[in-house]
Amino acid sequence: MANFETVEVSTDLLILGGGFSACGAATEAAYWAKKNGLKVTVVDKAAMDRSGAVAMGLSAINQYVGVKDGENTVEDYVRYVRQDLMGISREDLVFNIARHVDSTVHLFEKWGLKIWKDEEGKYVHEGRWQLMINGESYKIIIAEAAKNAINDAGGEIIERVFITDPIMDGNKCVGAVGFSTREDKFYVFKAKAVIAAMGGAVHVFRPRSVGEGFGRSWYPPFNSGSTAYFTIQAGAEMTCQEVRFIPVRFKDGYGPVGAWFLLFKSRAVSAEGGEYMVVRKAELENYAPYGLAKPIPANLRNYLGMLDTDAGLGPLYMETDEAIQKIAEEYKDDPKAFKKKMKELEAEAWEDFLDMTISQAILWAGLNVKPEEKHSEIAACEPYFIGSHSGASGAWVSGPEDLDTPYKWGYENMTTIEALFTTGDGSGASSHKFSSGSHTEGRIAGKAAIKYILEKGAEPNIDAAKVEEFKKVILAPLDLYEAHKNETTDPEVNTNYIMARQFLHRLQKIMDEYAGGVTAAFKTSKANLERGLELMAILKEDSDKQAATDLHDLMRVWENIQRMWIAESHIRTMLFREETRWPGYYFRSDTPKMDEENWKCFANCRWDPATGEWEMMKKDIWNIPGV
Amino acid sequence: MPSYVITEKCDGCKGQDRTACMYICPNDLMVLDKEAMKAYNRDPQMCWECMCCVKLCPQQAMDVRGYADFVPMGASATPLRGTEDIMWTVKFRDGTIKRFKFPTRTTPEGSADPLGGFPTHDDINSNALSTEPASAGLDAVPTVS
Repeated sequence: MANFETVEVSTDLLILGGGFSACGAATEAAYWAKKNGLKVTVVDKAAMDRSGAVAMGLSAINQYVGVKDGENTVEDYVRYVRQDLMGISREDLVFNIARHVDSTVHLFEKWGLKIWKDEEGKYVHEGRWQLMINGESYKIIIAEAAKNAINDAGGEIIERVFITDPIMDGNKCVGAVGFSTREDKFYVFKAKAVIAAMGGAVHVFRPRSVGEGFGRSWYPPFNSGSTAYFTIQAGAEMTCQEVRFIPVRFKDGYGPVGAWFLLFKSRAVSAEGGEYMVVRKAELENYAPYGLAKPIPANLRNYLGMLDTDAGLGPLYMETDEAIQKIAEEYKDDPKAFKKKMKELEAEAWEDFLDMTISQAILWAGLNVKPEEKHSEIAACEPYFIGSHSGASGAWVSGPEDLDTPYKWGYENMTTIEALFTTGDGSGASSHKFSSGSHTEGRIAGKAAIKYILEKGAEPNIDAAKVEEFKKVILAPLDLYEAHKNETTDPEVNTNYIMARQFLHRLQKIMDEYAGGVTAAFKTSKANLERGLELMAILKEDSDKQAATDLHDLMRVWENIQRMWIAESHIRTMLFREETRWPGYYFRSDTPKMDEENWKCFANCRWDPATGEWEMMKKDIWNIPGV
Repeated sequence: MPSYVITEKCDGCKGQDRTACMYICPNDLMVLDKEAMKAYNRDPQMCWECMCCVKLCPQQAMDVRGYADFVPMGASATPLRGTEDIMWTVKFRDGTIKRFKFPTRTTPEGSADPLGGFPTHDDINSNALSTEPASAGLDAVPTVS
């Protein structure tokens, strides 16, 4: 076996991940830990300054309710999420995040985030819930507060350690194992409570660009489903694993369209010039009541555009030139004011890209795009697993204590596994958290986990033999490579193993072709899903045939395994739900209609670590009374 | 190529305790070739073009060349990041240059106070987070009536 030193770290609260929800958890947990003499340890696979989905920055805060100024109520936000997710949301979780999110945004502003304000000192909105920011350093600022909090509380931050599996004691999570991506060290973390906050998943499906642009996913390629894998392996119940997210963005660069739709009032049209939201309006009646209410759910907006694409009416375009022309008309008597306005809008449009999708700026510059002169192509991206946005996949977590719901079995944001909490992209059915809501949910989980430790925390009971077995299995890809690499002149082609990248391509091919990816035009069916599962079973058998040349490669191997598990849960849940509820995310051709009578419910699943069997189950929707 | 290193400018961050690009890359892509004392991107296909490395490089030895499978040649977006703002130079394929300057933060680097100066409380059983309700600008945390 590869000769790795084993490093043991004992702590009270273990926070896995370093993105927005992990930073929220760390900031809040540190406060309560310090008061109670507890230790908090944060483990990040990258550097906290620039780890997670907001590494590049963001140009807007997408969740701000504005309760103090009477802009909206918390209930308004619950209605908004219910509508966007076609009736399927954990309203208690959405409510809980929404009632705390303004407080988080106010903290961000204190920490140094530049939120745009008007002459009266009020936040500038991009949309009803969205605030404009200068967000290049958004992640650095949020990480800074978390680091300061952890340091002040005597906690510990460990970077460049990749987490794989939970350590279990029966139905209780007592720690985690992983390895350094910098030194030959195997890590064993022992804790009284664990928060899994390692983000969502990308590269489960084949991306549109498969050459150099393979890494140009909308959500970052370094989010590999670590959280879902961790909670599934622990035996936690999962929810909405079928509710992937597909954003429609500027084609290939995947730059944001929010500013163009919301600020510039741009229209999206087919190549024939028809505005698909108008031309295909009648289609929305099939998805009543959600299709007939405003705002029209993101997946239905996607769907109407996809219908145009399927009909051969593409490419689809964002009419940027027309939008700017309309603005010019408003200023037709004042050319000086128009020039000033245009300069302002131009900076806003480019900042939208440069703050969060620099590739799109490079693509526009490469194509000589002047948005005032010519429209730009838009397209649906490949599917992602991101429970914090308009997707909903994640673990089934216990809800807030003061709401009278059927969803309470422990502490807030605790999974069905004792002492294991999750948040952000890790917790399901609580969509539209975005950056601010994910941080907020992290804070909620951080406080709840400390409360759990104070009331029930016990010294972790670690099965040393199991840990040794983990070490052997986790490092095995290095041994496999060493054992056979000299048998062929090209070590990448070998009958004893496959390389991580090829394994990833194999997974993506299955998902793309059978589970409704880009080349399948987001369509699937019972037969396709069953065939996908057959191929997935063989892929799973081959997953321990992946070889790793070094620590970086070893991380790639385990990222692939994490993706494979989220993929399987996704296929199984799409198979279980015999209807088409989110047609712009996936379309089940054999059950093409939405079925409110039988499927207005959560589709949950659980993998049983003892038997290796999957259990599928329906769970009731609870609505906040009177909302 | 996504992110790339300019041979002439990279000094392998010698004189520093670690290479900036290796430290910051969220996807663990940057490696230092210790013999040449030059860094390189080990897997350009996995690069997100987030430019975290470009922004941090003390020698300005890094840049991004747009993904070759769909970005035409000749364009660039080059950042110069300071302590409170960032300057961008966007060069078009046709030679057009656009320059933008955006603020990045309103406070000195490192100064973020986790509690934001808001009053806090001691009751872990309440539904208020540490800085609430003050940080929400409310008298109490909203609940379902």
